[in-house]
Amino acid sequence: MTTTTLAGHEFHINDEGFLTVPAEWTEELGAALAAQIGISMTDAHWDVVRLLREDFAETGETATLRRISHRSGAPVKQLFTLFPQKPAKKMAYVAGLPKPHGCV
Amino acid sequence: MTSRLVVLGAGTAGTMIVNKLRRKLPREDWMITVVDRDDVHPYQPGFLLLPFGRYNPQELTRPRHEFVPDGVELVLGEIERVDTAADSVHLADGRTVDYDYLVIATGTSPRPDQTPGMLGSEWRKSVFDFYTFEGAEALAGALAKFDHGRLVVHVTDMPIKCPVAPLEFTFLAEAWLREHQLRDRVELVFVTPLPGAFTKPVASEQLGDMLETRKVVVESDFLVESIDNERKCLVSYDEREVPFDLLVTVPLNMGSDFVERSGLGDELNYVPVDKHTFLSTAHENVFAIGDAANLPTSKAGSVAHFSVDVFVANFLEHVDGQAMTGSFDGHANCFIESGDKKALLIDFNYDTEPLSGTYPIPFAGPLGLLKETRANHLGKLAFRWIYWNILLRGRPLPLPSNMSMAGKHPAEHDATHTTKELP
Repeated sequence: MTTTTLAGHEFHINDEGFLTVPAEWTEELGAALAAQIGISMTDAHWDVVRLLREDFAETGETATLRRISHRSGAPVKQLFTLFPQKPAKKMAYVAGLPKPHGCV
Repeated sequence: MTSRLVVLGAGTAGTMIVNKLRRKLPREDWMITVVDRDDVHPYQPGFLLLPFGRYNPQELTRPRHEFVPDGVELVLGEIERVDTAADSVHLADGRTVDYDYLVIATGTSPRPDQTPGMLGSEWRKSVFDFYTFEGAEALAGALAKFDHGRLVVHVTDMPIKCPVAPLEFTFLAEAWLREHQLRDRVELVFVTPLPGAFTKPVASEQLGDMLETRKVVVESDFLVESIDNERKCLVSYDEREVPFDLLVTVPLNMGSDFVERSGLGDELNYVPVDKHTFLSTAHENVFAIGDAANLPTSKAGSVAHFSVDVFVANFLEHVDGQAMTGSFDGHANCFIESGDKKALLIDFNYDTEPLSGTYPIPFAGPLGLLKETRANHLGKLAFRWIYWNILLRGRPLPLPSNMSMAGKHPAEHDATHTTKELP
């Protein structure tokens, strides 16, 4: 586990760049992380990221795409538009949460 | 006063539970009822081999009631919903079954209806599943006629029951094509929503290498949006297309619909439980076990088996008002048929990656972990007898429930396979 700094925030990350301490996350940092992967945050992006944070606080696990779609009512297709190519991974990265398990 | 235990589902987990608990709970104090929709118990691992003509269909089913012991009532009927406020189960035909304690063991099922186009005009013509008896049998017919083109093996989304089965199917199909001198006329493609061949990194590397050796093309990170029946291709949410001549798909897996109707499930109708005790997170007198629960481990018979051992001891403590002392570690243990009469065996839990070594006896085996051997294949074939005669009847099998590290060592993990770039 290493420490890094972005937009004036110091935080812990793993070797893939995911935050390892969810509590170190702020929305300001979330926006900076999104910029790192070429995403500029809109209200629709924030709705998803806030829901992910909320769900993680309740369950201790990073929600899957299907779960986010189910809870928010946003079609899976829209999640692919907001976070292109690898939405599950990108959403978790921006939200400062562990990479989803890919289940088992 | 008599207490009443009701178990929903007389599959692998439910059948083992009623057998074990009937021996532990005094008959004068406890009534036990098990509910299922029908009286046919399938040997599900056999479905994998059915398309290749390994089994006769009649070898793969038995009546459920043969495995329900004396002193346990078997009720046949479709479950409409559970009323947790009234502690009763409503059946579709209007009957109700009251409980003091409820165990949900209704498993998970393939749901082709959840993907647009899967049940289209090509269903069971060039689009098949092999997780149902009918699907596996229909696929056997299609394979017998298949002599060239693109054979695509596809997983819709995780989690699925027996997550290694699609890989096994691919290995077996590859060997089968070679045996029939068709391998060079067929392009084999494995399509997965995962970033690699399997969910666990170490096993994923090894299984990925095995696919590569067999010249199977892997299309990873592919989340299917629909199946185009006219053009015979899979279409993903990110607009990639995979054409097929013969598609063998694993549809989305979901828990029973009554779980949703009862307000007991998550987005895939799995019951949220404590992952160490199987107690519902919402109700003190409801447990869920086996594939029906939202445990973060494989949905597999081995998990059900290891879970039941921990559950039975815990249940006896729980109904006695004591704290549950058993803690399940997510132990799973799967044979992986790799073709040519060989198989691998993998062993893992919530926290430990599949290890190499021997099983079940440290250093002696006879089964080799994480490598292809003849003994593993024979072990898999012998398992059918063990399943019907020992496991379901709740007789002791000398395997520890929780995972042991003796005689095992971490497999070498090639760090170069790990992606380091940002998502």
